[in-house]
Amino acid sequence: MEITMDKVDSILLDHNYDPASLISILQSVQKEAGYLPYPAMLRISERTGVSMAKMQSLGTFYRSFSLVPTGKHKVCVCMGTACHIRGGHQVLDKLERDLEVKAGETTADRKFTLETVRCLGCCSLAPVVKVDENIYGRVTQNKVPKILRDYT
Amino acid sequence: METTVKTVQSVKKAADLEALAKLGRETLESLKPKVMVGMASCGIAAGAEEVYKALLHEAQDQSFEVTKTGCLGFCQVEPLVSVSLPKQGTVILKKVTAQGAAEIAKALKAGNLPAKDTLCTLNGTPRISGESGKGAVPSYEELGFFKKQKKIALRNCGFINPDSIAEYAARGGYKALLKALTSMKPQEVIDTVKKAGLRGRGGAGFPTGVKWEITAKQPEKEKFIICNADEGDPGAYMDRSILEGDPHSVLEGMLLGAYAMGASQGVVYVRDEYPQAIEKLEKALSDARAAGLLGKNIAGSKFSFDLRIVRGGGAFVCGEETALIASVMGQPGEPSQRPPFPAQSGLWGKPTNINNVETWANVPYIIQNGAESFNSLGTKTSKGTKVFSLVGKISNTGLIEVPMGLTLRETVFEIGGGVLNGKKFKAVQTGGPSGGCLPENLLDLPVDYEQLNSAGTIMGSGGMIVMDEETCMVDVARYFLDFLKEESCGKCTPCREGISKMLDILNRICEGKGTEKDLALLEETAQAVKDFSLCGLGQTAPNPVLTTLRYFRKEYESHIKDHRCPAGVCKNLVTYRIDAEKCTGCTLCVSVCPSNSISGEKKKPHKIDLSTCIKCAACYEVCNFGAIIRE
Repeated sequence: MEITMDKVDSILLDHNYDPASLISILQSVQKEAGYLPYPAMLRISERTGVSMAKMQSLGTFYRSFSLVPTGKHKVCVCMGTACHIRGGHQVLDKLERDLEVKAGETTADRKFTLETVRCLGCCSLAPVVKVDENIYGRVTQNKVPKILRDYT
Repeated sequence: METTVKTVQSVKKAADLEALAKLGRETLESLKPKVMVGMASCGIAAGAEEVYKALLHEAQDQSFEVTKTGCLGFCQVEPLVSVSLPKQGTVILKKVTAQGAAEIAKALKAGNLPAKDTLCTLNGTPRISGESGKGAVPSYEELGFFKKQKKIALRNCGFINPDSIAEYAARGGYKALLKALTSMKPQEVIDTVKKAGLRGRGGAGFPTGVKWEITAKQPEKEKFIICNADEGDPGAYMDRSILEGDPHSVLEGMLLGAYAMGASQGVVYVRDEYPQAIEKLEKALSDARAAGLLGKNIAGSKFSFDLRIVRGGGAFVCGEETALIASVMGQPGEPSQRPPFPAQSGLWGKPTNINNVETWANVPYIIQNGAESFNSLGTKTSKGTKVFSLVGKISNTGLIEVPMGLTLRETVFEIGGGVLNGKKFKAVQTGGPSGGCLPENLLDLPVDYEQLNSAGTIMGSGGMIVMDEETCMVDVARYFLDFLKEESCGKCTPCREGISKMLDILNRICEGKGTEKDLALLEETAQAVKDFSLCGLGQTAPNPVLTTLRYFRKEYESHIKDHRCPAGVCKNLVTYRIDAEKCTGCTLCVSVCPSNSISGEKKKPHKIDLSTCIKCAACYEVCNFGAIIRE
């Protein structure tokens, strides 16, 4: 996924070029492009008058932003307390082994980005894994290959 | 047939609201057979979407209506479906599957309530018998999970269609707002909330009415109110459930607060990880606007108030008031020194009141029913009810709302049905990363703000995570510090460096490399972080460490002295072997072992090669005979 400068401009216009809406602007760009591309950040900085240093600080402070391109599918392993004590870390280990990446990385074929999330609020179904917008509950190591198979 | 929500006219007086409520009753107490599918995020994750589609398919002949609702709280047995027949009553079904939809339809078309997968009946439905041999279906009030619950904040979740402002009105919604606007002065609203004894449900428990009064008394004309829906505590999800299941209750609470404090603008700061909550809230705002209950001259009065949604960026520290305000203004969410408090100088330097979702949702109930209806529940210092998310190693996971003062034992064993798979109870963790772990001998502690504080933990937003003998308390402390290390904003040194140092020590202990001196150093560092951090995140960060040291010191000592993890969690300190007596040689473990460390002949006991075993526990998880021993 990439983003055109026209799209960035239209997002900026939607938010009135308001620096107070910077997080929302970046969220829209991230949604469109899958990450925050440098040229888009530069454009936002120019148009809102917010320095690149400050943009960078926002981009790194909040967990939902990525400054590097992500894969086609986002695999999020919940690391909430309920998931942790019901074996979430073992599910993460299994995903790391199967996808051959560490959490936060993208597979070489750009198919999957493996991430951890602090809590998806589906604690009753712990351990939980979310792939794109689909939530899987009571995941075991055994179920991991089956879940991944759904995504091409 | 899918129920459509009719458009509403402007609400200006009690009669208009009654007309809206009547519309709601038409769908809520439909004259047709009706099914409601619990479709909050937890329901969908359990498969409710497929159930909903299958039911819609079955209802193509318009023989019954299908609608969506929020979460009833008993998440363990989702997807939940409520089935109603006019004059016969309502039955709630559990663990419904798409295949089960046909049976529900069949029963309804034959004029019966379904008898399969029944959980309980609702609203005085006459006794019905369930599946043959299982006796009568209990009523909602009789079921162990619901018996001791008292729902105020969750009063509509799972009972109405959250997209319908009319159904909210049918359950008494917006009556409190109209009552306040027509017959109460702003100060009277504040006084009622004060008298009710409502305290902040986000964690710290500050008296809500007092907070409102401070904001109301500021001389500045422009004031803001904020709803903190940045539910960051891992293991707590009541705010998500309320926003997904009953968004209007939060909106009405905020309207009452805005009226009481004289605020004309508000913000709901929601986690970006909660897309459905945002969607439901947006719908609620637009319906309320259309009904004249939000915007200029609300319900025909002089009071005007509008609200916008701000999506959070994913930072735990933004649950802290000053950090949240910084984030709303487009800044990194770093807390600032208090005073000045947000009530004096908050958003854009104006007086700002922040309450969390659950707090706001309680307000309409209090105004509508009077302070006594709320303060007659609970303990001396903690009034009303509290929502808890009962999760972890527990049989009945879910969201419960109980009067303050219920003991941990009643909560965990009576409502929660005890520890999962009959294992031994070890601890219950409350308060998220700022809270602590309480041991078995404190199970009779009545849960309120003060009692939890005296035991070394906090109420927090209401996460209650049950731990069993297979949970390592040192690992739990390490887990929370790992969480907090990443979430510390880094502004002040004690929090940034102290947490990191404590984590180093705990990592050492979990690897079996800890020394006895480490425990003293851990305690000393914890105290320093507690005393000198800038905001609540750092000040409470040591709690998980301090409580586990206080109640589970022996487990730390086992790690240090015996190089053993009694719970079998810390990888470096456990080994796996196969019990030859129990192993049947089914080879299931061989097929899942990623390092090919298990070998043996079919139908004969197998062996694990410890030199290549990576301790992933895959074999332990799949063995059907309990033959894999972890020690």
